[in-house]
Amino acid sequence: MTDISTFEQPKGLPHEAGFGDYVQLLKPRVMSLVVFTAFVGLMVAPVSLHPVEAFAAILFIALGAGASGALNMWWDADIDAIMKRTQSRPIPSGRIPAGEAAAIGLTLSCIAVVMLALATNILAGALLAFTIFFYAVIYSMWLKRWTPQNIVIGGAAGAFPPMVGWVAATGHIGIEAVLMFAFIFMWTPPHFWALALFMKSDYSAAGVPMLTVTHGRKVTRAHILGYTLALVPVPVAAAFTSIGGPLSLAVAIGLNIWFVIGAFRIWFRPEAAAEADGYKVEKRFFAFSILYLFLQFGAFLADVLLRPYGIGGW
Amino acid sequence: MAIHVTHELHKRRFSRNLGLGLVLAAFVVLVFALSVVKVTRGDPMKGYDHTPSAGHLPRVDAEPAAVDSGVQP
Repeated sequence: MTDISTFEQPKGLPHEAGFGDYVQLLKPRVMSLVVFTAFVGLMVAPVSLHPVEAFAAILFIALGAGASGALNMWWDADIDAIMKRTQSRPIPSGRIPAGEAAAIGLTLSCIAVVMLALATNILAGALLAFTIFFYAVIYSMWLKRWTPQNIVIGGAAGAFPPMVGWVAATGHIGIEAVLMFAFIFMWTPPHFWALALFMKSDYSAAGVPMLTVTHGRKVTRAHILGYTLALVPVPVAAAFTSIGGPLSLAVAIGLNIWFVIGAFRIWFRPEAAAEADGYKVEKRFFAFSILYLFLQFGAFLADVLLRPYGIGGW
Repeated sequence: MAIHVTHELHKRRFSRNLGLGLVLAAFVVLVFALSVVKVTRGDPMKGYDHTPSAGHLPRVDAEPAAVDSGVQP
């Protein structure tokens, strides 16, 4: 018998989570999108913060997003355990108890909101609090299991970060912040419905009323096209404001053309053809939608950063 | 013979403790840096005790001498 036998974990005891498990609880991939868009929102604002304040603002916006992700995982633990895509998350896999996730989510929410308000201004803190509330309560607890429009309305939660970044710098909500919000808000439905097209069985098994489950794929394809067309004018309009310039406009036009072509291809595609090639077009559209968002926000940032050199901006 | 703590459970526990320790240390550094920035810029002193200091009030330049008649309003 060796000494190590004394360290064997008895069966029935809860699993002790490592630090990485807690990081997973905060949805780091979603957080990367939040960090990027909030960073752009803050950088393109006409008022510049001290670098330490700017860093703190981005950090606490990201922390707030992570906290809402933990609350979402706590609430959705039952359906996460059913869906293949989410089965390995910390709660359904048994690495973190659900109650602990809720406590972490609530605690980090409070820290993020208070610290953002102290580091920048009260309005930014209040907007972050509303974002967390919207994602955790309005979307996760209410809309997600109730209506196939869950993605449309819930998309607002993901659209707030650049606005919070802008408000952190300026202290008020400008037209540019509203357009950045509208851009992500309109981008979310085609992005998620493309995912739902090749993940239908997952949502169906979990009883989540995604549009693909309640109205079928043909309707979902039409909705993707409709929302993509509605999205087109938003980045173009933003490109004409103080955060835009020729580069933003060119990128908006170029990306929109590709995105609309992709949406039309999805709309025209018969279901049998999609199944035959493993939803190749839908998967490519989904991947491109992520690139589209990053490139468009990158163009806004580039236009503002290049302005002092006489290249960017109007 | 010394007992060597090499079980996977201890590694996980150590990673959690180390991670949390580093996060707390980073938080302390951040709050300190924020305090330094705020204090050196004078932000919190502007309205200390609800009484803005004279140095932080907007300057009133070129007040005509004739207006200052010495009569208290």
